[in-house]
Amino acid sequence: MKRSRREVLKAGAALAVASGIPGRAFAQKAPVKIGMSMPQTGSLGAAGQAALVALRLWVDEVNGRGGLLGRKVEFIAYDDQTNPANVPGIYTKLLDVDKVDLIIAPYGTVPTAPLMPMAKQRGLLVMGNFSFQVNAKVKHDMWFNNSPWNDASSWSDGFFKNGKKVGAKSVAFLAADQEFAQNLANGARALAKKDGLKTVYDQNYPPTTTDFSSLIRAIRAAQADMVFVMSYPNDSVAIVRAVNEIGVGRGVKMFGGGMVGLQFTPNMVNLGSLLNGIVNYNSYVPGMKYPGIEDFLARYAKRAAEAKVDPLGFYLPPFNYAIGQMLEQAIRGVNSFEHAKIAQYLRNNEMKTIVGPIKYDKTGEWANPRVVQAQFRGVKDKDMAQFRQPGKQVVLYPDQYKTGELIAPFEKARG
Amino acid sequence: MVFSFDLLLEALMFGVLLGSFYAAVSIGLSVSFGLLDVPHVAHPAVMVLGSYCTYLLAGYGWDPLVAGTVLMAPFFVLGMAIYRFYYETFERRGTEAGVRGLAFFFGVAFIIEVGLILAFGVDQRTVSAPYIGSSLRLGDYRIPHRMIVAFGVALVLTFTLTIYLSKTFTGRAIKAVAQDEAALRLMGANPVRIKQWAFGIATAASALAGAMLIIVGPVEPAIDRLYIGRTFAIVVLAGLGSMTGTLAAGLILGIAESIVLMFFGASWAPAVAFGILLLVLGVRPQGLFGR
Amino acid sequence: MRFWIPAVVAVLIAIGLALSPVNEYFFYAAYIVLTFVVLATAWNILGGYAGYVNFGTAAFFGLGSYTATVLFKWLGAPLALQIAAAALVCGLLGFGVGLLTLRLRGIFFAIATVAVIFIMETLMVNWRYVGGATGLQLLRPEVMAPFESYTRMLFAVMAAMAVGAAALARYVQVSWIGRGLRALRDSEEAAECAGVPTLKLKLFACTLSGALMGAAGAPMPMYLSFIEPASSFNLTWSVNALAAAMIGGTIHWLGPVIGAVILGTLQQVVTVTISSEVNVLVVGVLLVLFVVAAPEGVLGLIRKIMARVR
Repeated sequence: MKRSRREVLKAGAALAVASGIPGRAFAQKAPVKIGMSMPQTGSLGAAGQAALVALRLWVDEVNGRGGLLGRKVEFIAYDDQTNPANVPGIYTKLLDVDKVDLIIAPYGTVPTAPLMPMAKQRGLLVMGNFSFQVNAKVKHDMWFNNSPWNDASSWSDGFFKNGKKVGAKSVAFLAADQEFAQNLANGARALAKKDGLKTVYDQNYPPTTTDFSSLIRAIRAAQADMVFVMSYPNDSVAIVRAVNEIGVGRGVKMFGGGMVGLQFTPNMVNLGSLLNGIVNYNSYVPGMKYPGIEDFLARYAKRAAEAKVDPLGFYLPPFNYAIGQMLEQAIRGVNSFEHAKIAQYLRNNEMKTIVGPIKYDKTGEWANPRVVQAQFRGVKDKDMAQFRQPGKQVVLYPDQYKTGELIAPFEKARG
Repeated sequence: MVFSFDLLLEALMFGVLLGSFYAAVSIGLSVSFGLLDVPHVAHPAVMVLGSYCTYLLAGYGWDPLVAGTVLMAPFFVLGMAIYRFYYETFERRGTEAGVRGLAFFFGVAFIIEVGLILAFGVDQRTVSAPYIGSSLRLGDYRIPHRMIVAFGVALVLTFTLTIYLSKTFTGRAIKAVAQDEAALRLMGANPVRIKQWAFGIATAASALAGAMLIIVGPVEPAIDRLYIGRTFAIVVLAGLGSMTGTLAAGLILGIAESIVLMFFGASWAPAVAFGILLLVLGVRPQGLFGR
Repeated sequence: MRFWIPAVVAVLIAIGLALSPVNEYFFYAAYIVLTFVVLATAWNILGGYAGYVNFGTAAFFGLGSYTATVLFKWLGAPLALQIAAAALVCGLLGFGVGLLTLRLRGIFFAIATVAVIFIMETLMVNWRYVGGATGLQLLRPEVMAPFESYTRMLFAVMAAMAVGAAALARYVQVSWIGRGLRALRDSEEAAECAGVPTLKLKLFACTLSGALMGAAGAPMPMYLSFIEPASSFNLTWSVNALAAAMIGGTIHWLGPVIGAVILGTLQQVVTVTISSEVNVLVVGVLLVLFVVAAPEGVLGLIRKIMARVR
């Protein structure tokens, strides 16, 4: 009798110890699957690959902490090649074949656009990933974006305000004919008008354009004070090269604004000194004090080196890690994986992340945007390490992160 | 849109440079389709293959133009092999096979395209050279050096081919086989070997064209689809088999595209080539200098 | 009757499947396979029966998609109306293309049809109402009972369309129209001399082919909840239609159906297991293989085997 009780006690103790070890706990419950499409090749590919490293880092760290509600997190990512046509098929596969529990949007407005009607009609929670106003027409109520902008003014205010400081009165718009650039262009045009700026040139170009010589020539002929460009990485790089080849005119005071891709490390390194003088948006530059970001960047750099991907990780990775943090906080907060409950938590609470506190407005965008406009200065060719020091991208706006004043005209700032 | 003669002049200059580049790209097709009647819709795809080979060699430090010239030799052999296969499988078996030959080349074009995607991914690839990124200053105008290089190569290529076809023995045999194959056979020459040689030359020209393509701008595997229209428009507009016609047609297309780009916007430019093609096919199918 | 009984049974099976608890992804994938069946059958009317190799399938398919989109955005039109309108508009385009390309043969006709694709695409890219190059997000209407999801309903619709297309192709094949087309395929001059109204027949084939391709394109925007020009007018649609017909066999209406089912199913399996890239490789390789080694397609192979067995 005594022995059997001892056996039972021993067995009970062993079980108690065993369930305290995270690895063992996973054996009991099914894993929770998080799935997404991520552009790993194509125009957005360089940043997408870096973002994946950050997400996988979060997945490993959360599993080390016992997973989400005791369930191991399994992460599935497919490559949409920055092609929106691939997205519906990929998410249908994730939902109906892989049977994922949660989805994250692909990086970028263009790949995310096709996901929105599908998500609304299937009633899914979507964690947005650096897209701009992609929910504006569909108005899905379970959409939560991770990017530090809200509407067009959060983006263009910094650009136009600095332009006015140096006496700019006219503006030229150059926008790609795709979801991101068109959303931004529609907003920026209205704001320019409100600000009393004269629009002297306004052109959309097909997203597959590779030669910008004619467009840059036409902009030069229009003699605008500011040139506001809204482009995707392939075009942004081509435009910078064209400006270097053809010149945009001595009267231009500011050039840039909404050029995606000039924040990607490979592009920054390849373009080097060609970037000087350009004023462009960014989400994070070294020197900005976000809680825990420097520690994250160090952990990220190790993983990125193994994956042979962008070791700096400034633009997208911290904000993708923040997606993970937000999911963790919300799921723990409601103790459930139900999309509607998580959505409600995200809507009503302030989320604590390595990129600062995030509060959502009713459209699923940040209530307090903090997009910076920064000017490239003193950038040298073929040098990645230089970007780690503050000063290569001088923050002009907003005031809370400002590190310098605009140098105009554009030709002068190119040094 | 700001209309000024300055802009028009710049559009014309750029159009001439662009047009000669297009002509150089099409000259291979002028030989393979214009002279030999091979429905070679895979011609742009082979050219893009040349671009990627140039890209690979440039990765080892080769200058892209040098790479393109060197690639002409293996591509010549490739061309001969393709023609041999096409001849044995299709041309020999009569006209019904002509339709299948067309389908064959489309299949080949897609295989090349997907092969490139699988090997290199869909990312854009570029090469660098001292003449890429810099430009020539002529007063207020700035002309990119890469366009001048393409222009130069185009002239040399067209000139060389024209001389070859009219002055050398094999060249004239090629022209002869295009005109009257039976007569040539009666004269003792082997038309199949001559056509094979000609196709090899056409493919070699494609290799150089591919090098120029990646010098002029970034390439990605699907770019061949855009060039199907341009090359066929030029070859048809030129009139089948005319080399100098190809240069003239190329210039016309280049200038038309440049003007449309400047004054109507970049979104209409892709339709220019196809529009010209349909127009020529409808109005004057034998082209400008056709036989 | 030998045709109609199995045809009706096929449609009933499709509807039955759509109402059964089969995995949702099956319908998502099967819809595309059925689209290929319609496209290949439509292609074969002009390409197989008449011998005019048409590379412009994507133009009609894309225009069908955009016609449906316009009707949906402007009038909130139901699917049936979208399909009818798409068939009408693309039939007209087919007629127009037929008129324009009257005198062209062989490769010239093929290249002219490619030109139509790019011109259509450019027109859509420049039309802001349908979203230009950016494209449009579309919220499809609530699903009609008794189907559980919109995709299932589309699957059933497309199954019916496939049967309809096959019926039309069969009718053309066995009627005097088919005989005329075969005559003109073998030798246009001889046919004309024999009094066959080649022009009228060609125009008929172009119109019918175009209309069917447009009808196939009409449900796509609802299927994806999204439309944009690059994928709607993608040359891959053209290659797939042509390849499916040539793989299956171009003489008989059953050929494109077989070819489309083989090709489509293979591609869908590859998409789920490897990647969607390799699909184009599959088409290219199979097309080249069949064109070189088995020019009469699967039907031809079956015929040879049966002959040997006898």
